[in-house]
Amino acid sequence: MDSHNIMFFILAALILFSSIACVLTKSILRAATYLFFALVGTAGIYFILGYTFLGAVQLMVYAGGVVVLYVFAILLTRGRKDQLSQNTKTKIFASALLSLAGLGIFVFAILKGNFATNPLAAPNEGILSMNDVGSSMLSTGDNGFLLPFEAVSVLLLACIVAALVIARKR
Amino acid sequence: MFDLQTWTTAIHTWLTGFIPEWTAILLESVVVALIIITLYAVFAIALIYLERKICAFFQCRIGPNRVGKWGLLQVFGDVFKMLQKEIIRMRKSDRFLHDLAPYLVVTASMLTFACLPWNKGGHIIDFNIGIFFMLAVSSIGVVGILLAGLGSNSKYPMIGAMRAGAQLISYEISIGLTMLTMVALTGTMQISEIVQQQADYGWNIVRGHLPALIAFLVYLIAGNAECNRGPFDLPEGESELTAGYHTEYSGMHFGYYYLAEYLNLFIAAGIASTIFLGGWAPLHIAGLDGFNHIMDLIPGFFWFVGKTFFVVFLLMWERWTFPRLRIDHILSLEWKYLMPISLINLLLMALVVVLGLGINLN
Repeated sequence: MDSHNIMFFILAALILFSSIACVLTKSILRAATYLFFALVGTAGIYFILGYTFLGAVQLMVYAGGVVVLYVFAILLTRGRKDQLSQNTKTKIFASALLSLAGLGIFVFAILKGNFATNPLAAPNEGILSMNDVGSSMLSTGDNGFLLPFEAVSVLLLACIVAALVIARKR
Repeated sequence: MFDLQTWTTAIHTWLTGFIPEWTAILLESVVVALIIITLYAVFAIALIYLERKICAFFQCRIGPNRVGKWGLLQVFGDVFKMLQKEIIRMRKSDRFLHDLAPYLVVTASMLTFACLPWNKGGHIIDFNIGIFFMLAVSSIGVVGILLAGLGSNSKYPMIGAMRAGAQLISYEISIGLTMLTMVALTGTMQISEIVQQQADYGWNIVRGHLPALIAFLVYLIAGNAECNRGPFDLPEGESELTAGYHTEYSGMHFGYYYLAEYLNLFIAAGIASTIFLGGWAPLHIAGLDGFNHIMDLIPGFFWFVGKTFFVVFLLMWERWTFPRLRIDHILSLEWKYLMPISLINLLLMALVVVLGLGINLN
């Protein structure tokens, strides 16, 4: 038993319980808070793996960005109906079927896939340097991500234009 | 230069001599965490006293002078008062979120606090993406503030939280861009390396001259806004919102917000002294070898804290000089002025680095 293994179990429990709480709670705001904890736990897993860049991105984009966006959306749209809608029989049946199908796919993938079975030695952040991340983000060669990078910026531009159109409606 | 790393390695090898390594690391982490929390409280008390005195001098008053010599014990009295107060629960507020929010704010600020370079070899969290990690964990605080506003079930905190959220998210962009400017100059994001470079080749504000100076000014403005202070303390504008997002908090829960506000000021100043003024690097003037040698004798911890308090003084000067802005002025200042300036400044810095125009001492 190593310290990072203990930390892994703590983080796994955090992610598991906050994910369950996120879908079971009745209040939207609490669901957003539990989602925040699940995302922070995922960032913790990345830090254990030694991929600090991805961990920081996870914290910045998801925990600090997406959750804030959700909370803002709740704040701006909240009226009497800040409770989730009641469940009907068909809804419960459909969602149970969907989650069973999802579980089946995941179990199949885990059992079928060949994982590199080396257990994690001590966390090491020397696996991938910041310079490699930056240059592969902007290169067109092998492992280059220039096209997706630019496509995402077009998407962001579309979001900004859409926000302007909505805000300028008067 | 005194290197703390020799001590920490010595303690580590001594500990691993009789307990397994993971226990030793756990024990060291707990001790370091306790040291950080103590430092956090000590600096908060020092900053509150400093703020009261400096504010008084700017307004031609004397400031606290009754409790203890020069009012030195006033803050301790206030802290004990705060600790004894009852924590009030609002009816129909979301208890869980209401109680959780201050802890999120204080956790975010402590994580950022742990990234500061205290001495040569005295950095606590030192990833290869250090500066980026700092920005990422400081953005958790926004969630705490928004939850405080929404969980209180009251109008004032809600308006305050909305203003605070909009302001913090906006000014984070300027902070990020100025940090990126300095990262472009140093070529690394690791905090210990940024400071080591400045110890070897001169402080960044000298090496980067014009763009670094512009970045420093933008950082001072955006840093004050990021701490909800100064002319940007609209989220808690007491004349209109009673206290903003922490109106419904009492006792130590309010105390956490108060603590986090002052420590965020210290952290903003600490980051400024790390990336612009050389962190623990002593003051060196090229050519004066005797002077440089004397400066080397002062430990890095004092250099870092001294520079940080200098920047704290600059930020307080800014706070007590300018009147409060209106919310639309705050947002247009960021989006129409500071962000374009920092984007152009980033380009300028890239030109300086590519053309090799930076000043290189030693």
